[in-house]
Amino acid sequence: MSESTGKVLLDVRNLSATVAGVQILKGIDFTVRAGEVHAIMGPNGSGKSTFSKVLAGHPSYEVTGGEVEFDGQDLLALPAEVRARAGFFLSFQYPVEVPGVANSQFLRLAYNTVMGGRGREELDPLEFDDYVREKLQLLEMDPAFLERSVNTGFSGGEKKRNEILQMALLEPTLAFLDETDSGLDIDALRIVAHGVNSLRASGNAIVLVTHYQRLLNYIVPDFVHVMDGGRLVKTGGKELALELEARGYDWIGREAA
Amino acid sequence: MSAVLQNLIDQPYKHGFVTDIESDVVPKGLNESVIRSISARKNEPEWLLEFRLTAYRHWLTMTEPTWPNVTYPPIDFQDISYYSAPKPKKKLASMDEVDPELLRTFEKLGVPMHEQAALAGVAVDVIFDSVSVTTTYKKKLADVGVIFCSFSEAVHEHPELIRKYLGSVVPAGDNFYAALNSAVFTDGSFCFIPKGVKCPMELSTYFRINTQESGQFERTLIVAEEGASVSYLEGCTAPQFDTNQLHAAVVELVALDRASIKYSTVQNWYAGDENGVGGIYNFVTKRGLCQGVDSKISWTQVETGSAITWKYPSCVLLGDNSVGEFYSVALTNHLQQADTGTKMVHIGKNTRSTIISKGISAGRSNNSYRGLVKIAASAHGARNFSQCDSMLIGDRCSASTFPYIQVQNNGAKVEHEATTSKIGEDQLFYFASRGIDPEEAVSMIINGFVKDVFTQLPMEFAVEAGRLLGLKLEGSVG
Ligand SMILES: Nc1ncnc2c1ncn2[C@@H]1O[C@H](COP(=O)(O)OP(=O)(O)OP(=O)(O)O)[C@@H](O)[C@H]1O
Ligand SMILES: [Mg+2]
Repeated sequence: MSESTGKVLLDVRNLSATVAGVQILKGIDFTVRAGEVHAIMGPNGSGKSTFSKVLAGHPSYEVTGGEVEFDGQDLLALPAEVRARAGFFLSFQYPVEVPGVANSQFLRLAYNTVMGGRGREELDPLEFDDYVREKLQLLEMDPAFLERSVNTGFSGGEKKRNEILQMALLEPTLAFLDETDSGLDIDALRIVAHGVNSLRASGNAIVLVTHYQRLLNYIVPDFVHVMDGGRLVKTGGKELALELEARGYDWIGREAA
Repeated sequence: MSAVLQNLIDQPYKHGFVTDIESDVVPKGLNESVIRSISARKNEPEWLLEFRLTAYRHWLTMTEPTWPNVTYPPIDFQDISYYSAPKPKKKLASMDEVDPELLRTFEKLGVPMHEQAALAGVAVDVIFDSVSVTTTYKKKLADVGVIFCSFSEAVHEHPELIRKYLGSVVPAGDNFYAALNSAVFTDGSFCFIPKGVKCPMELSTYFRINTQESGQFERTLIVAEEGASVSYLEGCTAPQFDTNQLHAAVVELVALDRASIKYSTVQNWYAGDENGVGGIYNFVTKRGLCQGVDSKISWTQVETGSAITWKYPSCVLLGDNSVGEFYSVALTNHLQQADTGTKMVHIGKNTRSTIISKGISAGRSNNSYRGLVKIAASAHGARNFSQCDSMLIGDRCSASTFPYIQVQNNGAKVEHEATTSKIGEDQLFYFASRGIDPEEAVSMIINGFVKDVFTQLPMEFAVEAGRLLGLKLEGSVG
């Protein structure tokens, strides 16, 4: 584990939440400092995506306890769009398709809303086109994706690249990447990971949800956490991921018992 | 989230006010003497009175259609006043002479008439209640031989044209409401584009219903002779009050050889309040006849108002190689009901038709597409493409599609596609996670949804229509 010196960006204390009346998150404590990379692993259905959506402010998820401070603000008091403007970014495990809305138009509105709110000059369609093309190059994406409807008919991997493109545009303070690696082919994984790494800075931080070590070979985590049954049941350094890959999750339950 | 969506769609009607102009109203009720009285007030020739009376006698034998997917209390046709006209002090020569009260009304609507007419280069035939108050740009049109005037004026100045074409596309006894209109219509517009003339400007009419409880029975006739072309715009708003108003207009279009008529509508009549009280009953018969070879008729409509919309702008493709088009956006909210669509009747060889229909339902509204594509045995090589898409906003509205396809010619090609989508919580959350608030998200999704229709509208109308959809779906986010 590396030394923690950056300022605290995200501080989650005893967070619990329900969806459709079912308790999914059961008391999560989680702290992220500037400059850090955290990986969250854990079995299917353990609550990783739920955690990400609660942090991003999905209206279907009801927070039943706990507190979250993000960059000095009470995150849970803010509506989802304000959280995004404040620098919280979620890369979705399953990005939503929006037929009929051109990707370029969507990306520009997101950019102008979020970056405009931070004092960056708003870009007209032509200026934005120049700007977004640089970011496309970073992710080796075909400019044709700008003209297509948002995520509509995109392959699994293409959707994930489009998520990271949005991360590159919105320059978040904290990016929560939910299984960005699943669906990416071997080359795409390298390209996307390289893209994410190039966005790292001392003032921001990344939380990765993944099931596999391969992403962590490219984006090396400072901490690895294991989620199980709606709790973070174990935390370790990057070597924990290798151990999990070799041994699975069973032993953690036994160890904890 | 449903609270958010609810707020988005709960926008009060912004055009609700009643203009206080002295009206000349015929007592309620319908019988032959009322019809004679309407005809006499308008100083009509005998043949037109006969047309009315024949229609009336036919109407008496007919019953209201019950097949549309809409419900409303029975209409008492004897409880309606069939004629209402603002009393102009004298014949008006220019906009300056128009009743200032009337001008203020247009200003409230955001339609500064004189300016708009001048700036946009649009000739506007102002229909206020049932009588044309003034007509502008007439001279410029007259120079190229285009006739654009009120229907009553045309009856007196161009009786031979009216006699020839009135009822030629929609016969007096065509359907219950067309028969009613034929019996009691008060005024409307007439437009005639002579042989080879491309109309130099877009023709526009603003309809407005004003007098409470007076039915509106407009009559529009547009004739494009050989090689002529015209683009016609119709837009409507109405003041807010509680009693339902019946509107039964008839629009007839005739396109001769190689002629083309483009007819665009933006409709925003009072839709009733969020509990379904009040609002216009909009029972309209619109039909175009592609009589000549290579002729073309294109309908574009953006329907956002009325408590009930019952309307099927249609094309009869008689001439070989003629083309019919129907582009429609119908938005319903609260308790609005719309049963709208088109009929494409292919008779000539190689006739082609395109139908693009986009229904948007919000609130507790009910939005149906009903369309008929009929290919007659004679229509060798006929082709049709239909695309009918529905968009639902919230969980309490509904959308239905009723496509009827009748093909009597084996070589014809008919394609029908339909989709239903929903602006869901996850879509709005996706936008929100990128900093975009739900209002902007809905507007962006809706704009994307209607794009294929809006590109068919004349530019300045597209802007107006976009504003209207925004108005209907915007609101404070709670
Ligand atoms: N809307 C919902 N209604 C009911 N149950 C839900 C809902 N959303 C999530 N759940 C349940 O919550 C639990 C946690 O789901 P979540 O998606 O957070 O798991 P995950 O850890 O991300 O799993 P995976 O690794 O498969 O992505 C699952 O049992 C899931 O079925
Ligand atoms: Mg998940």
